[in-house]
Amino acid sequence: MTPASATSPPTFSPEQLSEVRRLQSLYPDPRGALLPVLQMAQETLGHLSLEAQDYVGSLFGLSAAHVHEVVTFYTLFFEEAKGRHIVSVCHNLSCHLAGAQEIIAHLRQRLGIDVGETTGDGRVSLFSVECLCACEGAPMMQVDDRYEVNLTPEKVDRLLEALS
Amino acid sequence: MTDEKILTRNFDRPDSHTLEVYRETGGYAALAKAQAMEPAAIVDEVKKSNLRGLGGAGFPTGMKWSFIPKDHPGPVYLVVNADEGEPGTFKDRYILERDPHALIEGMAITARAIRSPLGFVYIRGEYVEPWRRFTQAVREAHDAGYLGRGFDIVVHRGAGAYICGEETGLISSLEGKKGWPKVKPPFPAIKGAFGKPTIVNNVETLACVPHIVNRGAAWFAGLGTKTQGGTRMYSVSGRVKRPAVYEAPVSVTLRQLIEDYAGGVSGTGRLKAVVPGGSSAAILTADQIDVTMDVDGLKAAGSMIGSAGVIVMDESVSIPEALLVVARFYAHESCGQCTPCRESTGWIYKMVHRLVEGHGRKDDLDTIVDVAKRGAGTTICAFYDGAVGPYISYIEKFRSEFEALVKK
Ligand SMILES: Cc1cc2nc3c(=O)[nH]c(=O)nc-3n(C[C@H](O)[C@H](O)[C@H](O)COP(=O)(O)O)c2cc1C
Ligand code: SF4
Ligand code: FES
Repeated sequence: MTPASATSPPTFSPEQLSEVRRLQSLYPDPRGALLPVLQMAQETLGHLSLEAQDYVGSLFGLSAAHVHEVVTFYTLFFEEAKGRHIVSVCHNLSCHLAGAQEIIAHLRQRLGIDVGETTGDGRVSLFSVECLCACEGAPMMQVDDRYEVNLTPEKVDRLLEALS
Repeated sequence: MTDEKILTRNFDRPDSHTLEVYRETGGYAALAKAQAMEPAAIVDEVKKSNLRGLGGAGFPTGMKWSFIPKDHPGPVYLVVNADEGEPGTFKDRYILERDPHALIEGMAITARAIRSPLGFVYIRGEYVEPWRRFTQAVREAHDAGYLGRGFDIVVHRGAGAYICGEETGLISSLEGKKGWPKVKPPFPAIKGAFGKPTIVNNVETLACVPHIVNRGAAWFAGLGTKTQGGTRMYSVSGRVKRPAVYEAPVSVTLRQLIEDYAGGVSGTGRLKAVVPGGSSAAILTADQIDVTMDVDGLKAAGSMIGSAGVIVMDESVSIPEALLVVARFYAHESCGQCTPCRESTGWIYKMVHRLVEGHGRKDDLDTIVDVAKRGAGTTICAFYDGAVGPYISYIEKFRSEFEALVKK
């Protein structure tokens, strides 16, 4: 998929299109593949613009309204561009009891942004999220695909330094 | 009480997630045994084992399976709930990562019992590594011929929404929609995924099934209480010395879990309160921990075992602040379909917030309890009842702590 612009609407490559058809064939109703295909689109594009949503809808015979309703329902779909790395700190009960507030305050200070924002250089977006179900490692956060547990301010600094 | 580890027995073996290690420890013997059994006999065995659902509701598993219509002409589906999201719970992740073949074998046996050609495993979107591990295991099982001969598995990833853990919300999501729960009846066993009869079971529930087939219903039932068989995985976190997943018979007491398994209370060392079954369970006070951790034991204590996520709070913890964290969660995760749930979770969060900030009003406490009680039982799904449990119990059991905030 090429990045969306006014002149070239997003489209999948032929290989991606055959992957779409394979995913659709796994479900009794091809629409079951909507979430996986949106995940694929977001991985390629970084986020799901309205044009991208429209395009994905067209592959399923689904209205833009249906796709939009789905995209906005789930926290892991983004309509706007995000940083190259996503840092999601858990703020639920066990992490709260282990000092999640301090970890969040430290991250805000180090990154110079508030929760929900992206650094000016586009490196990191910061979120605070509900239980990621790794409470045995509280306080914890997710950095892109990875769970990082037993956080301290020093460990957070090391993890941030490793992000390009 | 047995100390034997059953569900977690392979967790510490190197490469426990591989087919090779699973086979070395007796893996897939139960499937071979089940293949020689009539489907009805498998259902019967699971009924007699007293296995009860380990996802939250504690419904008897064999009985659930028997609700699938006998004469149904089309396919029926098996759906595995791996959307683990209940705050304080982290057990299914261990099975997906460290013993994925136990789930696959449990699914294959269950599929035979309910005559299902196709199973879906719905894994929460944040569980990337567990998803990779599980997908790899499905591939291995397929290549080895355990799958693909009358039963196949589709691994499906969620995209971030607690409500997709509710079985009908999960089905909506699996069908490519937003995860809105559906009105019951019809129950999924009659009309579920893609309009077909569907059994939804939790990961851990199905991981019990091979053991029941291998060692017999009487053995499994004998591990637990009169009304619930087996061991289960307790997630213990919060203010304890050794937060971790602990496997124990369902007759273990909360005190044993905290003091013997998890090494005792940390922080001040003095216990104040415990959430026994994930954040949706009513809170217990320090003098209530001699309760047994089975479905009926917790029900008798006015709480619930839910997903068996134990969250421990020592004396230094502010209960109003803990409720604020919990209330924020329910306000954020309500799917918004039902008015009592959508409105109350939002307003109660605001009221707890102003109480904690010191701007609370004297009658706020009664208002919260009153609103919570009125809405309970009126909504499409049990999400709202899961919010009401903490609202009422935190305030009723720790009222003076809340009142102190108002008087300031
Ligand atoms: C709001 C809500 C969230 C739930 N979340 C989960 C979950 O994350 N995992 C799970 O297995 N069951 C969850 N459940 C319970 C499921 O609806 C369902 O009862 C369960 O998956 C059935 O499997 P079992 O009988 O094997 O426990 C949830 C229920 C509610 C009301
Ligand atoms: S009770 Fe709440 S979460 Fe459940 S369907 Fe109604 S609004 Fe949605
Ligand atoms: S509360 Fe943070 S991972 Fe569960």
